[in-house]
Amino acid sequence: MDVFLKLLTGILQEGLVYGIMALGTYVTYQVLHFPDLSVEGTFPLGACVAGAMIASGLSPWLACAAAFACGAAAGGVTGFLHVKLHITDLLSGILTMTGLWSVNLAVTGGSAVLAFYNRPTVYTTGPAALIPASRNSLRALAVAAAFCVLMKLLLDRFLRTKSGLLLRAAGDNPRFAVALGKDPGNQMILGLMLGNGLAALAGCILCQREESADIFSGTGMIVMGLAAVIIGISLFSGIRFLKATTAVVFGAILYRGVLVAALQLGLPTNYLKLLMAVLLTAVLVGNNARFAQKGGKRDVSRTEL
Amino acid sequence: MSVGPNCEPGAPMLELRHIRKTFNRGSASELRLFEDFSLSVGRGRFVCIIGSNGSGKTTLLNLLCGGETPDGGEILLDGRDITRVPEHRRFRRIGRVYQDPALGTCPRLTILENLALAENKGGRFGLSRGVGRKKTEEYRARLSLLKMGLEDQLDLPVENLSGGQRQALSLLLCTMTPIDLLVLDEHTAALDPASGETVMELTRRLVEEKKLTTLMVTHNLRFAAAFGDRLLLMHRGRIVLDAADAEKRKLKIGDLTDRFHEISIEDGNSL
Repeated sequence: MDVFLKLLTGILQEGLVYGIMALGTYVTYQVLHFPDLSVEGTFPLGACVAGAMIASGLSPWLACAAAFACGAAAGGVTGFLHVKLHITDLLSGILTMTGLWSVNLAVTGGSAVLAFYNRPTVYTTGPAALIPASRNSLRALAVAAAFCVLMKLLLDRFLRTKSGLLLRAAGDNPRFAVALGKDPGNQMILGLMLGNGLAALAGCILCQREESADIFSGTGMIVMGLAAVIIGISLFSGIRFLKATTAVVFGAILYRGVLVAALQLGLPTNYLKLLMAVLLTAVLVGNNARFAQKGGKRDVSRTEL
Repeated sequence: MSVGPNCEPGAPMLELRHIRKTFNRGSASELRLFEDFSLSVGRGRFVCIIGSNGSGKTTLLNLLCGGETPDGGEILLDGRDITRVPEHRRFRRIGRVYQDPALGTCPRLTILENLALAENKGGRFGLSRGVGRKKTEEYRARLSLLKMGLEDQLDLPVENLSGGQRQALSLLLCTMTPIDLLVLDEHTAALDPASGETVMELTRRLVEEKKLTTLMVTHNLRFAAAFGDRLLLMHRGRIVLDAADAEKRKLKIGDLTDRFHEISIEDGNSL
């Protein structure tokens, strides 16, 4: 029973952290219809920036802010490549992701893994210190939940502001944004900054749990983010009082849960990424079939906020 | 009949001077559409534009709104040269309703959110609340003027509306803030006849109320004869008929179809 409970807190903790990234993917993929591959680079970027800062003795909270800012800057580059230099959406993401590989290595000082054991992290300082260190996994869960809920609420709030409405309008119908006298391209850049900022923040929070930043941690993040968004929206968007952003976080937890369950049932770790890809494929196919029945709607769902 | 580009008194709201536009320059399919096109539209004029396919109606609208750039000449809106102004900036003083009802609104946003965005056109899109709940009564009043029952469905995503409802909403949205020019691009063409009539009536009412300078491209000759106070017939990038006020009122649909047939024969079509 204890093992089961431990497993469950583990799934929740990681699912909530990936949920932060999924919120970002929600902005880029669901609101702006932009398949953003740069998260594969910005997720580890957040980890590396935080790792380097914490290792050099800076505050872990400051590291979170810095990770978000760096991720946003990288997302801005993807947006710039796509909007101003007219490079296709996928290729813009690939270019940023590729470039970030070197940037991440530069940040960690050339090593693939940057450890910062026993330094203060968001899991050991601030409000988290109120929970006794002996309840380690509860602490991790509380921190992950706090960050995820906070980000979700902030994102919800932003999407209701004038700026947020304009962002949604630009994703929904770029001509409408033009009709409002605004350049939809700038809105796309803003959305990519937001999405990648959240991805980097997720990377930063995950790496503080492990007390080491891994430049390989980005592999498969795009699949993770997309799966969370698509599973979340297609499974939970029918529930009226549930916001799309909440559904996306649930999607991340569920996806993580399925992966962990498969590993527990004896799947070798080496096959994890393959399983991630296969699962997303299954979700996409299932989703297409479901919507084909409903009269062939192209979108995953209405963006109800 | 006066066939001349400049027959408007007073300072014009819209002026196109010596516009040149060639498509596919240098290729076998080169099309010289406008060679020396000039047009002047006075303040508060409601101009109907008709013409066969390829006559340059839509290109004219695109040149005005910024979707296309002319090869030469200049475009003035309310005395300001907007020839090189980017599209989205021009739209701060222009409202446009498209043929496709999906283009004038945000389908996945609610009616309320669409209205709130449109009302903020030209303003700052900052971090203040997007939809002011205090405004809902005002929005309800505006929507009830459309007589389509939209005032009771403020929280409905626009994608659930019919084509006619969407076009009516589009019209309302692009006239919420003060604009210099209203551009209607076959905005009733995709609607069933009854909705088309309703939307045209609404158009007339809004244009009269707000004294809007309006350009309306249409394929519906009856609408072209019945609405507006000036009519242009375009053919191969030229204005071949320009009738205003009394002269326009004398025009019958029959006259217009006759002119269309002449053009058609000119193009080598047998009737």
